[in-house]
Amino acid sequence: MTVRINGADHDRPPRPGQCLRTYLREEGCFGVKKGCDSGDCGACTVHVDGRPVHSCVYPAFRAQGRQVTTIEGLAPPDGLHPVQQRFLDAQGFQCGFCTAGMIMTTAALDEAELADLPRALKGNLCRCTGYRAIADAVHGVRTVAEPGDGPAVGAGLGAPAGPQVVTGAARYTFDVDVPGLLHLKVLRSPHAHARITAVDTAAALAVPGVTAVLTHRDAPPRYFSTARHEHADEDPADTRVLDDVVRHAGQRVAAVVAETEAAAEEGCRRLRVTYEVLPAVLDPEAAMRPGAPAVHGDKITGHRIARAADNVVGELHAELGDVAAGFAGADVVYEATFRTPRVQHAALETHGAIGWLDEAGRLTLRSSTQTPFLTRRALAELFDLPPDRVRVLTGRVGGGFGGKQEMLVEDLVALAVRRTGRPVKLEYTREEQFTSATTRHPFTVTMKAGARRDGTLTALTLRVVSDTGAYGNHGPAVMYHSCHESIAVYRCANKKVDAYAVYTNTVPSGAFRGYGLGQVSFAVESVLDELARRLDLDPVLLRERNIVRPGEPLAAPGDHADDLTIGSYGLDQCLDAVRTAAARPAGPDEAAPAGWLTGEGMALAMIAAGPPGGHFADAAVTLLPDGRYEIAVGTTEFGNGSTTVHAQLAADTLGTTPDRIVVRQSDTDLVGHDTGAFASTGVVVAGRAVLHAARALRERLLELAGPGATGLDPDGVIRPHGRLGLAELAASSPEPVRAEGRWAGSPRSVAFNVQWFRVAVDPGTGELRILRSVHSADAGTVLNPLQTRGQIEGGVAQALGAALAEHIDIDAAGRVTTAAFRQYHLPTFADVPHTEVVLARTADAIGPLGAKSMSESPFNPVAPALANALRDATGVRFTELPFTRDRIWQRLRAG
Amino acid sequence: MDLHTVVEVVSPATVGQWRPGDAWLGGGTGLFAEPQTGVTRLLDLAAAGWTPVTAHEHGLEIAATCTVAELAGYAGAPRFTAFHELATACCRAFLASAKIWNVATVGGNLCAALPAGPMIALTAALDGECLLLAPAGERRLGVVDLVTGDGRTALAPGELLRSITLPAAALTGRTAFRQGSLFTHGRSAVLLIGRRAGAGLVLTVTAATVRPFQLRFAGVPAAAELAAALRDTVPGDAYVDDVHGLPAWRRHLTARYAEEIRAELAR
Repeated sequence: MTVRINGADHDRPPRPGQCLRTYLREEGCFGVKKGCDSGDCGACTVHVDGRPVHSCVYPAFRAQGRQVTTIEGLAPPDGLHPVQQRFLDAQGFQCGFCTAGMIMTTAALDEAELADLPRALKGNLCRCTGYRAIADAVHGVRTVAEPGDGPAVGAGLGAPAGPQVVTGAARYTFDVDVPGLLHLKVLRSPHAHARITAVDTAAALAVPGVTAVLTHRDAPPRYFSTARHEHADEDPADTRVLDDVVRHAGQRVAAVVAETEAAAEEGCRRLRVTYEVLPAVLDPEAAMRPGAPAVHGDKITGHRIARAADNVVGELHAELGDVAAGFAGADVVYEATFRTPRVQHAALETHGAIGWLDEAGRLTLRSSTQTPFLTRRALAELFDLPPDRVRVLTGRVGGGFGGKQEMLVEDLVALAVRRTGRPVKLEYTREEQFTSATTRHPFTVTMKAGARRDGTLTALTLRVVSDTGAYGNHGPAVMYHSCHESIAVYRCANKKVDAYAVYTNTVPSGAFRGYGLGQVSFAVESVLDELARRLDLDPVLLRERNIVRPGEPLAAPGDHADDLTIGSYGLDQCLDAVRTAAARPAGPDEAAPAGWLTGEGMALAMIAAGPPGGHFADAAVTLLPDGRYEIAVGTTEFGNGSTTVHAQLAADTLGTTPDRIVVRQSDTDLVGHDTGAFASTGVVVAGRAVLHAARALRERLLELAGPGATGLDPDGVIRPHGRLGLAELAASSPEPVRAEGRWAGSPRSVAFNVQWFRVAVDPGTGELRILRSVHSADAGTVLNPLQTRGQIEGGVAQALGAALAEHIDIDAAGRVTTAAFRQYHLPTFADVPHTEVVLARTADAIGPLGAKSMSESPFNPVAPALANALRDATGVRFTELPFTRDRIWQRLRAG
Repeated sequence: MDLHTVVEVVSPATVGQWRPGDAWLGGGTGLFAEPQTGVTRLLDLAAAGWTPVTAHEHGLEIAATCTVAELAGYAGAPRFTAFHELATACCRAFLASAKIWNVATVGGNLCAALPAGPMIALTAALDGECLLLAPAGERRLGVVDLVTGDGRTALAPGELLRSITLPAAALTGRTAFRQGSLFTHGRSAVLLIGRRAGAGLVLTVTAATVRPFQLRFAGVPAAAELAAALRDTVPGDAYVDDVHGLPAWRRHLTARYAEEIRAELAR
């Protein structure tokens, strides 16, 4: 019996335990995505005999004799299905990994379901958009701008990859058919801390199809950090590809490489590992006490660890002014301790890479990464290769959120490729995302602040303990960053910080959207709210009395990079916007149910547009023979939308339209260097490099057209004696007409965000309902309003997940117990309220065409704004995230 | 997900074929959602062709392989008003979407025996009786006795669930339904169903507890009587302690919803 896929019979029988998703992908339907692999996220949705199913939990054998329709077969041969067109018209996607499933689901909804999307879409998760754009798409609301009329910059144009995303043709990391591919699976530690004393590989090697087993004996001796930074010395060198000590449950013990995933898994099960179990420490405060097990006690010097014997990987102790005097002069002082849990990025595309040796024997990796160039550099160092013997590239990346600013798989894949000489794939399971990737750093922040009667801050102190887990990747950098913009945004003469990034025997923390600021802002903004209450001041007014103003220094204790300035200032406008929103009376759909408590709260955040110490981007723009242009840029596209903006920037500079711009990106073969798509740099660094390259090419084209050339239009160079066609110009040049641009990421400006909520709380059940949500942002000149709004909505939604739902739990043995989307609740359509977005009008002196970044920052003020609204409604200060219904009820009962 | 240790599928399968390493396969949405490294053979029941729902004089017979979608769409016995009122509510109590309803089976939900299983709630509340088949013969067991704990059932190795019969007497009284979750449309942390049985009241507590508990009253009890009966029937340690809700909160909501149901059905 055959499986009929998109009208064609497929004779190859499925394997007995195979799910339909894998079978379809093996038959070439790469639009069918592997997201959760457990029937929860919907990225794999297909139709079987016309009915939508989650193909990851549909037995493939059962599809025999049935008709299967995938995203590739939804549309008629020469066009788009109406739902695909609507997702384009509303840009109902960012990374696009969930989009095929969203479209297949939407296409099967009946009228009743369309009228109740919160229920109808409960089986489809989107981590990027916050669902507003998806709702618009489902309802046929067109928000995207028509290309062509007027300047591209400032228009809400769609993403260039949109047509591929909605048809399932976009190629993500694993959407390639590699002949001869081997599969790598990892045996992971069951212990939080243990020494591996023996690994018996014989039974594993005897499994048919197993080609290699890799243990710490096969790994390079070198220590590195999985964190990717322009300057490697920002992170401790504490990690080996495979180590003889495991420091958290879930750490790599050994890898099995085999002809099939099944054989690799069986090989892992047959490895016999002998462990000497070592004492473990799971709590950062306990880890700093004398006598605690030292997680990296073997690395006292030479590894860039501040105090390895005390488990302190990095610390900051500094004071500005005199806080004791400041508190003495305060009319009111408030102090409290705040906690934020481990949170996972939950990008729908898991970590993973496919590696091979190209025709020239060069090590090549196609990886789900935000940092192809820095990963190439790390691999070259690790394996003693010249950089030009390593190539790293990406496909379209299915979400990042900071989680892919790490090298979590490429080193092991490279080791396996070099051992076997064959292509090797390692694709994380969803469980491994939770147990063996990275998380947002859990923080404990004790903050004390004093103010005078008029609200003026007199002193503030922070004691910050961040849990970096078993490895120090991003630990010190996140800690430093967390204590900067969060308090530098306030003028206060006396500030003191004591901060520690601490090792524990738990899953490592890493880079996460906001990079520490959100955790500390949760404390800072909650404490300021309490001060305002105690002084009977409007919390917005208290902020206005203390916020930094244009031209003033951005001061925080400690040695922070001095290249950060206020390139444009819209914080006042942002505060005005929420004051206006708060003054507007509640609409009929914003009423609280009888008996519920209501309240309002706000919080603000500032973020640097780019990291300290430089962030580099090379770009090139080339005139193509047909008169179009090609941008080459190193930065990665994972739904951040930088590609759209790069095309807009180049189009206006070159007098053409974005549809005549081709963007090639995210490949170490394309340009000299790119630090990576992180730290809010896609527009302000890579975009600026593209702008410089486009301007240089414009000059070059005018020069080539001869004296008197005045400008460019889509067809050619305008000259007094007639236009010189671009194709003609390209043909007349002996070599490609090309120009390069570069930006080094310094100086840097700052962006601002303010969030405001009105909430209702049912004291009888703990249910919290958001009645109105307003977010104002200063992104400088807005290059693409549709995308900016999308980034803000997505950031607010992800932050609402962290504020209301998400927490990774670790048991007494150090094992992660929330390792699937059933246990780790991501915001669904039903969980995310509409957020009204207000954009300040400023023009930045530093960013390209006046733009600033707006990618990480919308996340940061959300949790404290919600905490402040909860406080207003209930009278109780909530100091620990997340605010789930059971915890709210419990706190209210406790009083 | 792919079940890589599975080397054979028997489809359709019948009672007597089971041996260690086998797993009965309903829709597959449960089995394929988690690693099953001990399973080497799938015994497919969905292909057996059992009639999903059959209306009899004496009640409704639901095949174990009846999908949630088939149950939700069943309209063949309008006289069984209690069933129709509750079936829609219980199907909607699934965390899973309607796409899963197209495949997941009623029997699979019962045999998975998760506290939040809404088909357990439905069939327990309606006094469902399971028909269990084993090589040695068949037996009948109440739904409330089939599920013995979080993920645990009274099924013997190799025994399969053939059907659930809901007696007609349980299908006509007034009903009331309450569900609580940490999230809107989220996984049930508390699911209570009340049913008038003649002059009496039957209250079924699920989701909050590791197994279903049933309270039966000859008449409609007073609020204090109900609260006391709840305390007596459901021990404190029976409230589920997991990531889907704190036990104290589940207990509180159970009491709150029980009283709401009592008041609603007393009218």
